[in-house]
This record gives sequence, structure tokens and C-alpha cells, in this order.
Amino acid sequence: MSTTVMDRRVREEGAVWGLLAEFTDAAELIEAARKVRDAGYTRWDSFAPFAVHGLDTAMGIHKTVLPRLVLLGGAAGCLSGILLQWWTNAVDYPFLISGKPLFGWPAAVPIAFELTILFAAFAALFGMLGLNGLPRLHHPLFTSERFRRVTTDRFFIAIEADDPRFDSGETRRFLTQLGAAVVEEVRD
Amino acid sequence: MRTTDISIDRHELGGLAPLLLKLAGASLVAGVAGIALMATVGGRGLDRILQSWLVGFTFFLNLSLGALFFVLLHHLTRAGWSVVVRRLAEGMAALFPLLALLAVPIVLWLPRLYRWAEPGVVVHDPILAGKAGWLDPTFFTIRLGVYLLIWSVLGLYLFSRSVRQDATGDPRLTVTMEKRSAPGMVLFALAVNFCAFDLLMSLDPHWFSTIFGVYLFAGSVVVFFAVLPHLTHWLQHHEELLHTVTVEHFHDMGKMLFAFVVFWAYIAFSQYMLIWYANLPEETEWFLRRQSGQWVWFSLFLAIGHFVIPFILLLPRSSKRKIHRLLLVSAWMVLLHWVDIYWIVMPELSPGRVPLDPLDLFVMLTMAGAYGTAWVLLLRRRSLVPARDPRLAESLAFENA
Repeated sequence: MSTTVMDRRVREEGAVWGLLAEFTDAAELIEAARKVRDAGYTRWDSFAPFAVHGLDTAMGIHKTVLPRLVLLGGAAGCLSGILLQWWTNAVDYPFLISGKPLFGWPAAVPIAFELTILFAAFAALFGMLGLNGLPRLHHPLFTSERFRRVTTDRFFIAIEADDPRFDSGETRRFLTQLGAAVVEEVRD
Repeated sequence: MRTTDISIDRHELGGLAPLLLKLAGASLVAGVAGIALMATVGGRGLDRILQSWLVGFTFFLNLSLGALFFVLLHHLTRAGWSVVVRRLAEGMAALFPLLALLAVPIVLWLPRLYRWAEPGVVVHDPILAGKAGWLDPTFFTIRLGVYLLIWSVLGLYLFSRSVRQDATGDPRLTVTMEKRSAPGMVLFALAVNFCAFDLLMSLDPHWFSTIFGVYLFAGSVVVFFAVLPHLTHWLQHHEELLHTVTVEHFHDMGKMLFAFVVFWAYIAFSQYMLIWYANLPEETEWFLRRQSGQWVWFSLFLAIGHFVIPFILLLPRSSKRKIHRLLLVSAWMVLLHWVDIYWIVMPELSPGRVPLDPLDLFVMLTMAGAYGTAWVLLLRRRSLVPARDPRLAESLAFENA
């Protein structure tokens, strides 16, 4: 028996991670997402092959703190750019260049500006990854053969077993009522 | 997805036109009367009037240039969101013939504004002697005429084709407008640059800055995107026009305003820093004049008011989506664009002293009256929305992600 098959068997016997419901078009997905939101579920997500307008509001996703992180990153970049140039040019190694002041603010602006952009971009990228719990090498949903079609022509809603309202039978019935073509159990 | 049925929305000025014409007419009369009063009782000479006139003319020229840029850019990028507000811009971009008329006093009394135009000045100044071929009153007039002709042709062409589409609904008109916008944009850019050199940079004929045209262009887009939300909102508020424009469109106008506020600061600072760094007398004199006497405070006010304040205010997403906040910032930017033009023109003609005067206000009222009247007359019997544009549906359903 190869290790892969053994791994899979172990996985199949793992705990229930959640329920996966399949939908055939974007409008159905939005309608279903709205109902899952209204039913009070909190640990769940929607999946689609492309950006679906209006899905955010249908899911009731609240505002992200990311813009604040980016602002902090930008401010930190600006400050470090100014401090770096002030300390190196005017304090640590004072060196007079073409009669300019040791710390001439116009000369400091380009580097302060670039560091503002750099740090803000870092905050945006790494903040986004961190808030999304990325990078991660595996996700329970990848065990589902059916879920592969999420990159081509299928839409999914997955409700996690960790959700306080999750009940194996009740949630499965609820998802079927929403018009899901198929509802399947996903194991860790 | 959100859809709006535009058939239930009125989109002609209709009963609003007489009110707008009355307002514009009152502004025009008050402005002209004010100038006359200042000239006679106030004792302001022709020179002072012309100085204010140049500031006011440049302000409204920039407004139309920003509008023309917006329409050209819309076609070049095949933009979807902006269809619902494009007609308002097309109206402004078609007003260059009026601006040509308003330029007449400047050309007529050229030597009172530009010292190089006085007979004999160019020949006796070694620096200017090298520029004698360019700094010639006749050549200047011809050039100014060519710029205004280029913009008039572009603006009127795009306006007339767009209006024709209202009647025919022919999508091929969109395709031709897109094709012609490419060479149009090149001509637009060249004319803007050279016009900035002629009209404003030559106030100090010794001075030169290659980025100066871009600086003026940045300001022109700022003032356009500051005026557009006000115009749209005013039309929505009265007579319930333009309900096709939603918060999503205001959000995008706010984003464009924000972007060009930053672009303006980038260009303004680039110009300043390079000159500060090189520290060459023939380049620094222009900034030195703006850092001397009362102009110090005026310059600081411009830098903070035209960049720092709007940057902070427009940064959060909510300030672009809460329309009253957006209107507040854009009203501030309309004022600051005027300050920007004043800062370019006046230190050359009044070194050391900020010559703020009621005359400046009266000239702006005159120009606003003439400009507003022409805009209303042009759009009075037209739809305020390009009703049969092939991308209108896309614009109506537009949502920010």
C-alpha cells in the first residue's frame, strides 16, 4: 500500500471539517449566501470562479482593518525615511554637499516618499496574507473532487463544523433547501 | 446586480434652464458692474484689470481643458463607469470658442502683461535676444489661436458626435470617437504644454521649466473633478435630474480628484526640488519671488491647502462615498485651484505683495457668468445623459468592488 493511499484513508477517517454545497450559477450563490448570513452562521465562506459583484454584502462581510494597517505602514515608512536621512547625513556622518544644509528637507522627500510607498505596499501584501491565514499548504476542501470545478464553472458555499450553529443533519437539510445541487461532507 | 430604468428619469434641463440662465446672467451683470465700479470709483487701472483677467481666463481655460481631457480619456480607455456624467463634461469641453473670445483682451493689450512684448525689450536683453524668434507678439497671437483652434475642433467634434448618437443610436459613432481620441490626445498634450509656456511661463521670460506644462495640466484635471461632483449634485438636487448618477459614480469622481491632487503635488514638488538642488540663479529667481515678502505665506497656504489638507481628507474611502463630505473637499479644491493660478501669475506682476482685490472676484463672476450661460445654451435642448451610448447600461450598473 503506497503512502498516498494510506494518507487518504487516514484523512477520510478524520473528523468532519464541514459541509460543502454546490450551486450552478452566481445568482443562486448570492441568494443562498444571503440566507446563510441571515440564518446566523459565522464560520462559512463562498467560492466562485470569478469575482461576483454583490457577494460581499450578501455574505454580510464586515469592513476589514487592512486600510488602517496600510496607513500605519505608510506612516512608518515616511518616518523611517526621514529619520534615516537625518541621522546618516546630519548626525552620524555630517558631510557638506554643495553648500546645502546638512539636512535639507526637499532632498529627503523622494526617499521618504518611496519608503512610504514600500512600507504601505508591504503592509497591504503581508497584512492581506496574514488576515487570510495565508500561506497555508493545504485546506480540507482540497480533498473534495467536486470542489475542483470551482475554478471553472461551479459555485460553492462551505459551512465549517466549528460554527456554533453547525449541526450535521440540520445544516445539511438547510443547504439542500437553499437549492444546492449537491451537499457533501468534507473531512479533515 | 443593480439596474436603473432611465426611461422614468428626466434628463433634460427643461425648466431648470431659465433659472440657470438667470443665475449666470446675474453673475455676469454683477461681475461687469463690479469691474466698472472698481475701474472708475476704485481707480484700478487697465493693468490691474488685465492681471485679474489673466487669472480668471486661465481658471476657466483649465476647467475646459480638464473636461476635454476627461472625455478624450474616456474614449481612449473605453471607460464604462463615466458614461452617465460624460455629457456634462462634453458641454464644458465644447466651450473653447467662448474662451477664444475671452482671450481677446489679453492679446489686445499684450505688452501690459508681458514685458517681452514691449517694443525694444527683447533686443536689448541678451537672454531674450536668444528667444527673439519665439517671443514675438504676432507669433504669440497666432500660436494662442492655434491652441484654441485645436481644442475647439476636438471639443466640438466630440460633443457633436455624442449628441448625434442620441438621435441615431449608432454604435459606430463610439468607435470613430475612440479612434480619433488617440491623435486628439497627442494634439491636446502638445497644445497644453506650449500654451502653458506662452500664457504663463513667459510672464517671466528669463525663466524656464520643462515640466511647467504638466504642472498646469495637473491643476486643470483637479479643477474639473472638483467642479463635476458639484454640477452633478446640483442638477440632482433641483428638479430631480440625473438620478442615473449614484454614489458609485461620486466615489469614482472622488478617486480621480484624489489621484490628481497627488499628481499635482508630485509635479509641483519635482519642479521645486530640481531647481532647489541645482541652485542656478536663472532658475531659482522664479521661486525666490514666491518666497519673498507676503508671497511666503501665500506659497505655504497653497502647498498645505492644495495638497496636505485634501490628501488627508480624501484618503478614507468614506469621504468619497459620503457625498456631502466629497462636496466640501471639492469646493475647497475649486478655491485652491484659483489660488494656484493666482500664485503662478501674480508674483510676476506684483513682487513682494499679494494684491488680493475685489476686482479678482468681479472678474471671476464675469467669467463664470459667461461660461455658465454658454454651457446652458449648449445643453438646453439636449439630453444630459448620452442616452443611447452602447456602454450606458454598464455605467448604470456600475459598482465599486
